[in-house]
Amino acid sequence: MEDVNRLEAFQAKIDREEKIEPKDWMPDDYRKHLIRQISQHAHSEVVGMQPEGQWISRAPSLRAKVVLLAKVQDEAGHGLYLYSAAESLGISRDELLEQLHTEKAKYSSIFNYPTLTWADMGAVGWLVDGAAIVNQVSLQRTSYGPYSRGMVRICKEESFHQRQGYEIISEMALGSPEQKQMAQDALNRMWWPSLMMFGPHDADSPNTGNATKWKIKRETNDELRQKFIDKTIQQATVIGLTVPDPDLKWNEETEHYDFGPIDWSELKEVIHGRGPCNKQRLNHHRKAHNDGAWVREAANAYAQKQRDKKKVA
Amino acid sequence: MSADNQFPQWEVFIQSKTGLPYKHVGNVHAADGELALQNARDLYTRRQEGTSIWVLPTDQIVASNPDDSDAFFDPAEDKIYRAATYYTMPKGAKHI
Repeated sequence: MEDVNRLEAFQAKIDREEKIEPKDWMPDDYRKHLIRQISQHAHSEVVGMQPEGQWISRAPSLRAKVVLLAKVQDEAGHGLYLYSAAESLGISRDELLEQLHTEKAKYSSIFNYPTLTWADMGAVGWLVDGAAIVNQVSLQRTSYGPYSRGMVRICKEESFHQRQGYEIISEMALGSPEQKQMAQDALNRMWWPSLMMFGPHDADSPNTGNATKWKIKRETNDELRQKFIDKTIQQATVIGLTVPDPDLKWNEETEHYDFGPIDWSELKEVIHGRGPCNKQRLNHHRKAHNDGAWVREAANAYAQKQRDKKKVA
Repeated sequence: MSADNQFPQWEVFIQSKTGLPYKHVGNVHAADGELALQNARDLYTRRQEGTSIWVLPTDQIVASNPDDSDAFFDPAEDKIYRAATYYTMPKGAKHI
């Protein structure tokens, strides 16, 4: 009986657009849904450093290099903001990492694609960060306070990412014929995976149900995907690139772009670990974590020594 | 995986400019206070968001309980005479 009353009060609070804070009562499923979603989001930021990190040493100019370095550093920061938010729900950082390493937690499938040329650095910033921004702008209004605050911070920083990506791809698209070809090729490879970042169509989405009622999600997968397409097409046109979709067409009536069918079988393959880079990404993360163990040990030993010294003094 | 822990948690407060109050921005993990400060700098002031940082161990914070907040904040509820707008000023009085 008590839980029924609490559940009603909880829902009423959400309906009044008040945020839920860590110490507030919340249904178990709300907590579980948030831990799953926020940790997946955090892991995506962290694993997302890899496809770009590979290009830091191969950046074509010093300017490009410092920018890419700053961007990858931001992704690490974004991962940490999100781990913080997840931890406020009562899960430890160790558990979160363990779930990633044992593949119980997922990360965005987009990072299981390779980045083959410098043009891919453009496409990743422009499309992958662009898609992430559409999702994250919407999540600024999510009902869980710490997640919402993290999103506000991330959105502020993320717009630099998209602009640097668009700058790279536009320079190439407006460059020599070979450069333009590389830019178009990057767009061709990244376009559909970017659209899949928004998740399955609303009708087939297994996790939507309560997420909408509890205002964890503020807009549906299809709404967000449409927003992304509508604004990206104009940007492609400006730099003379075309998205690889013969069915793409402006619809006067809906005032949106219609687009062709998405090949979900590909996404399923990648989610289930059979994408081009799944093994590489996870192994790299495990290795970096294990290689850093001695640093953590040393820091703990030093801290203990300092505490012991204080006790004696 | 071993019990290879990610260090104690510290809450981070930042003063964006001298003269302004410190504001809670989030937390970091670190083995000790000095490293917590450096982590906080790297994580929360990458764009010159601060001129000064405080860190303190999360488990040292004593917080009010949201379940009791009605009763806890009740003493302030009926004292509207603590607000300046409660008082009637004579017509024509200025700068008050």
